[in-house]
Amino acid sequence: MPTWEGKGDEMNEVIVSMNNISKSFPGVKALDRVHFELRAGEVMALLGENGAGKSTLMKILSGVYTRDEGTMEIFGKEYGDLTPKQAQHAGVAIIHQELNMCRHLSVAENMFLGREIRGKVALNNARMEEEARRILDDLKIDINPRQTVGDLPVSKQQMVEIAKALSINAKILIMDEPTSSLTAREIEDLFRIIRKLKSEGCGIVYISHRLEELAHIVDRVTIMRDGQYITDGKFSDMTMDQIIANMVGREIKEKFPRVECLKGKKVFEVKNLNAGKMVKDVSFSVYEGEIVGFAGLMGAGRTETTRAIFGVDQKESGKIYVDGKEVKINCPMDAIKNGVVLAPEDRKKDGLCTKLSIRQNLALPNLDWVCNKLGVVNSRKEEALCEKAVRDLRIKTPNVEIDSGNLSGGNQQKVVVGKWLARDSRVVIFDEPTRGIDVGAKVEIYNLMNELKKQGIAVVFVSSEMPEVMGIADRIIVMCDGRITGEVMARETTQSEILTLATTFEDKKIKSN
Amino acid sequence: MNSKKQSPLKQLMGIRGMGAALTAFVGLVIIYIAFGLINPAVFSGQNVLNLLRSMSKYLLIGIAQSYVLITGNIDLSIGTMVGMSAMISATMMTHGTNPLLAVLVALVSCLAVGVVNGYLVGKFKLPPFIATLGTMFVTRGIAYMVNNNRNTDAIATGIGKEAGDKFQEIFYYGKTFGIYNTFWIAIIVFIVFFFILSKTRTGRHIYAIGSNIDAAKLSGVNVVGTTTKAYLVSSICSWLVGLILCAQAGMGNMEAGNMYEMYGVAAGVIGGVSPLGGTGILLGTLAGAAVWQTLENGLNMIGAQVGIQRLVIGVIVVGAVLLDVVVRSGQFGKKKSK
Repeated sequence: MPTWEGKGDEMNEVIVSMNNISKSFPGVKALDRVHFELRAGEVMALLGENGAGKSTLMKILSGVYTRDEGTMEIFGKEYGDLTPKQAQHAGVAIIHQELNMCRHLSVAENMFLGREIRGKVALNNARMEEEARRILDDLKIDINPRQTVGDLPVSKQQMVEIAKALSINAKILIMDEPTSSLTAREIEDLFRIIRKLKSEGCGIVYISHRLEELAHIVDRVTIMRDGQYITDGKFSDMTMDQIIANMVGREIKEKFPRVECLKGKKVFEVKNLNAGKMVKDVSFSVYEGEIVGFAGLMGAGRTETTRAIFGVDQKESGKIYVDGKEVKINCPMDAIKNGVVLAPEDRKKDGLCTKLSIRQNLALPNLDWVCNKLGVVNSRKEEALCEKAVRDLRIKTPNVEIDSGNLSGGNQQKVVVGKWLARDSRVVIFDEPTRGIDVGAKVEIYNLMNELKKQGIAVVFVSSEMPEVMGIADRIIVMCDGRITGEVMARETTQSEILTLATTFEDKKIKSN
Repeated sequence: MNSKKQSPLKQLMGIRGMGAALTAFVGLVIIYIAFGLINPAVFSGQNVLNLLRSMSKYLLIGIAQSYVLITGNIDLSIGTMVGMSAMISATMMTHGTNPLLAVLVALVSCLAVGVVNGYLVGKFKLPPFIATLGTMFVTRGIAYMVNNNRNTDAIATGIGKEAGDKFQEIFYYGKTFGIYNTFWIAIIVFIVFFFILSKTRTGRHIYAIGSNIDAAKLSGVNVVGTTTKAYLVSSICSWLVGLILCAQAGMGNMEAGNMYEMYGVAAGVIGGVSPLGGTGILLGTLAGAAVWQTLENGLNMIGAQVGIQRLVIGVIVVGAVLLDVVVRSGQFGKKKSK
């Protein structure tokens, strides 16, 4: 294989060229005559809202789907029905949003899965480990090839995937939302690796909803909307507003719409909550007419706090009050009965029954009032509930009988949120509600939180994205290492103040005393 | 936006799981006609009656296993509960106990097994294969123990010929509206459990925990309770089949119901119930049980040996699922779109 000397200008050779690509699924035209071009040594951002067809296009490039129409060239060679094997051979590798690793196998075993190096009789583990170590060292990644992949943090697992792709001579690397679960430092690390690959002549397709990070890494952008190609060009020639307008097809006036409400009486209070290692002596309250944000680094204990409050995980101690009355929450059922609900962080794992329809998902926590006394579902009530949720949340779907797993990420999130809105809840906890969803859908979720706030419902908003917590929440509680390390007013604080609080580890404090 | 009136057929096909169920029904008709063409006796009135009766047992077992499969679990103790039900009721009747009491004791025993299964799987998170493997051996053990490791004598020896005949009639030999009672029992049970699964809260919860147990829990579904309910449905159906077998033989057989749990899996799977949980409808199970019995009956009528029967059923089970997988992955479409 020849090596590609990247020069960083746009005179580089075109390595992927897709023309007039169309693809239909039953009932949906996912792609409509789309163009896409990738050059050696560049990072190409592929942008668009959820459901714009980015993933479908990339699945065609990696051979997972076959196109209905159109032509596709990789390194000048034309491919008709590309198979995953051919794609791999041509140098295409895809790093999925949900990582595809065998959690119980070691790093080296994962990297060589399917192409193990054999000795005369048995596997040659030593050589595979050595080879894995060489590739990891080359990328300056500090991971022991013998370590079990499941024990690594997500960021490291992702790097192992990248290393694996490189070990099979991938020259075209597709990264789908690679930073969605990484911390700021880990993102820096990832960008360092991307820059290195770029300088070695790899072409990188970068799919991300975090527009603010594009400036650090991206050379060109291709924008898609509703399955169609909209435009492409050099990133430096476009403004962020232009990009967003092209993505959503309309101007978004405010990225963080905030509504002002009068602060009323105390609705929700948590006192001295302890649960496991990640929730230590957590106390806070939420008042009518305010959104309380929870900021902190990945692993600060915010998700664990919400789970303990909601009764998913066992509490060791602590009291919870709703409207001044103490409530006992030992399981999610108790929480729901007392008007406390949670839209969980991981929608595929905790939020949705992906094999069931949108209707069934929306109705699931509301069956107590959708059903009559005998427990028989009243389909008229159920339909009304679904219609309202679809309308209020603008869930994009032809009907509510579709498998919720077939929806795009943003619409899935709307279903997860929507199922709680039919109830007269007093406290709604959103755990990372905007992760991996597009700008338009994000604003819709913010508006929804604002709506709840106006109704006097206590809103708890956990987010790892500083700008949105600062833009939407009224008060921000910062956690670090399972403890609350500070509380700030959103309008008076700065990112650096929050970051300082988010890194106030206990041992550090002891030292300074 | 979504309340446009659709044609009834479209609406029917829109019900999830209906596709697989209808496919199984189509297969059923083809199989039935094919056997009938080879041997017209297949179409005879008496054969149809026999077919409906023998199908009923498999329908009940299929309902039992389908409920559990839809929750994403499996119940290996079905066949042994059948045996236990038959042995307990028969033993008590041979000792002269009131048949009603005997039947109730058998029911309570089966329900107890269901509760144990539900708690082992739902609460203590044992893999369902292991948990019910355990209860399978235990219940078969009980089936052996109740009459000191022997099959029972005829139930008529204890409760008298009249009561014995009555019992046999109610569950097996008697007819209502010209069709064997066994069929009516199975159909009533089918309607009740079909309704519960498709129209009630409990049914929804069963699908939800089979589709995604974490999401279900976070939506306030009582996982232990729902799992247990599914196993209890399995208990009730197994109990009934036990009584049917007891009535058929007029005595208790320690090995009654052997392998029935697997027949239940087969009936469900042929009708589109996924062993991975979350999908399938009882109409499919009904079709699956009917396909199976029609095959067995048809093969019998054309003089095929037991060996061939087993072999064909094995092929049908795998074939049905294979067809489903191929259709769903769209591999047919792929080839056409060249």
